Amino acid sequence: MMSGLAFQLDRAARRLFPFAFSVLLVVLSVVPLPVPGYGLVVPSFALMAVYYWAIHRPDLLPAPAVFALGLLEDILSGAPTGLNTLVLLLVYGAMRNQRRPFLGKPFAVMWFGFLVVAPAAIFAHWLFASALAGRIIPAHTAFVQLLLTLAFYPWLTWLFAAGQRAFLRQS
Amino acid sequence: MKPRGSPIMRYAAPLKAAAQRFAFLMLIAGAVGLIILGKADAILVERLRVAVSDAFAPILAALARPIATVDNAIDEVRALVALRAENERLRQDNAELRNWEQVARELGAQNRALSAALKFVPRGEERSITGRVIADSGGAFVRSLLIDAGARDGVAKGQAVVVGQGLIGRIAEVGEVSARALLITDLNSRIPVVVETTRDHAILAGDNTDLPRLLYLPPNLALQPGTRIVTSGDGGAFPPGLPIGTIASVGEGGPRVQPFANWSRVEYVRIIDYGLKGILGPLEPAPAQPRGKHAVHQ
Repeated sequence: MMSGLAFQLDRAARRLFPFAFSVLLVVLSVVPLPVPGYGLVVPSFALMAVYYWAIHRPDLLPAPAVFALGLLEDILSGAPTGLNTLVLLLVYGAMRNQRRPFLGKPFAVMWFGFLVVAPAAIFAHWLFASALAGRIIPAHTAFVQLLLTLAFYPWLTWLFAAGQRAFLRQS
Repeated sequence: MKPRGSPIMRYAAPLKAAAQRFAFLMLIAGAVGLIILGKADAILVERLRVAVSDAFAPILAALARPIATVDNAIDEVRALVALRAENERLRQDNAELRNWEQVARELGAQNRALSAALKFVPRGEERSITGRVIADSGGAFVRSLLIDAGARDGVAKGQAVVVGQGLIGRIAEVGEVSARALLITDLNSRIPVVVETTRDHAILAGDNTDLPRLLYLPPNLALQPGTRIVTSGDGGAFPPGLPIGTIASVGEGGPRVQPFANWSRVEYVRIIDYGLKGILGPLEPAPAQPRGKHAVHQ
């Protein structure tokens, strides 16, 4: 057994995992890769993280953390300030209220939920972005982004779940 | 697990839920507020953006480096394979460029003579600052780049951003150690340009597609695909004559321009400080010597 302070520190570090990993994903999503057009269709990792943690551990990714995450994504990606913030908060709010049907269910159920949530989120993003710009923005890159986001989701979920098992088992 | 059912918990739980709901609504309102403030170009939002970009710039620069190294290594191998063909092509290019050099020398001499005859005032001094791209636009609705050079290197808002082949955008936000370049394909990009052959002025407007459009051209202007478009230098910090691209198509909705720059591999950019000292001089003394680590070429 660990002593009091060490235990507290250890626990705090472990409980930080969902937020810290999400921040890392947001930062990684803007790193330029030498793939033509990658920057335009990069999967929305933050969306996957918010979806996963809102269902599994909303206590460790509270709404202010989602706000910070969205704001960081807006700023680093050059998007209008507040746009991702709003979309991620809406996804978070919806999933936190609807988490019970997903808890303890097999992965397929989680993915099915994501198949509904991700298009809705990216559509909302496109809608807000178009409203802000005052005209319809071409959406084909957003469509590719959606497909990539759906395709990447299982891999990221595997990482989230592995992290949850490794760091958050006791708490 | 916490004990359930105690009298305190019975009241605390709904209260806590209500407080959480209230906090959540406040955050939503905060996000909407930020969108509106940002749209209104509030200086506060820009300061926040710049501060966060500056804080993350070193991390992004560190992350971008190994990826670039691997990419360069792959390029090296490819170049080795293509060495013979490349050599042959370069020999031909060289012969052709020697002819052009001759032409350029003649024109230069002629230009000097004519300028002297007309007492032409030469245009301002140009400096360029080299920066590395540290963040791609992460998303479908923006076209911009984050560069690891900022105010301390002499970068300022409105400066032109070019790569080897041509103009790619202009500086939209400047931090101390980072700056954001808005690409010419972005929805909000408007660049004053001129058709090189006819000298007709126009505005190059991005619409998030790969081919920006030309607006406000004189009606009945017959443009040929392949015609070069360059910056006009109208309205400020842009030097005139920077190459942008060629006319790609002349369809409905106006002519579209195929930029010279290769978007897929922008690793380093040059930021051109054209200097507006003549106008801003008395108000804002120009920094005597940029202290940054970046190469500054006169």
